[in-house]
Amino acid sequence: MTNHQINPNKWIDLYSDYLFNYTITRVKDRNTAQDLVQDTFFAGLKSMKNFKGEASERTWLISILKRKIIDHYRKINSKKGKAEVRIAFNSDSENEGDWMEQRVADPFDKTAENNIENTELGIAIHNCIAKLPEKQAQVFKMKTILRYDTEAICNELDITASNLWVIIHRARTQLASCLEKNWF
Amino acid sequence: MSEKNRIFMNCTEANHTCNKTQYNDASFWAKIKLNVHLLYCRACRKYSSNNAKLTKLMNNSELDFLKSSEKDTMKHNFDEELAKHD
Repeated sequence: MTNHQINPNKWIDLYSDYLFNYTITRVKDRNTAQDLVQDTFFAGLKSMKNFKGEASERTWLISILKRKIIDHYRKINSKKGKAEVRIAFNSDSENEGDWMEQRVADPFDKTAENNIENTELGIAIHNCIAKLPEKQAQVFKMKTILRYDTEAICNELDITASNLWVIIHRARTQLASCLEKNWF
Repeated sequence: MSEKNRIFMNCTEANHTCNKTQYNDASFWAKIKLNVHLLYCRACRKYSSNNAKLTKLMNNSELDFLKSSEKDTMKHNFDEELAKHD
């Protein structure tokens, strides 16, 4: 088995997006997710000497993150001092007593199967984006996922609009062929 | 008719417009021209459908990334911690 090295200096660049994405599908709140990812990096730093090199850094960090997410849910549930588990439960006082509505089957609601598929798709896309050159990945993320304006991206990265479209074009072509191999 | 207003576009322009439509960034006239091009160009039809598929996948995946400012804050905090650690 190859022995993996640990190098915290590159953690943020390499793994923050992956960890963040992993968290956001589980806690549904950007700020909480950010805090959890940050905590994970800190915890990883503290227990660096426990890293045996048997798994990759990313797997190792994810396993820490999993504990952090569980702890997070434990904490918010104990704070309320209630025995029931609350996971994004709609507790508006306005809707209280509206139990009928919650029990009606919603044909448009996402099924568990759907959710699993989407999570897997997310991972597939993530791996494909990771294969792109850095600049292309950066521009593509900003444009497609964060939905920045063309102008905003151009200003931030100091490129022209036509330059941006060429980068987007290359990224899309590459992504499409990558996903075709790994997803369809 | 000037170069810009002619109804037929070449494949490079068509791809460019197609990419723009994925982000709702193409003008109305550009979209018409793209559709005219797609009527007779099989290669671009294929490209367009693939491109639309990719957009759909991206939307379905509910992928979310950190903004670069958020990442910078995180990096900053982490660097402080790292300095303490050494």
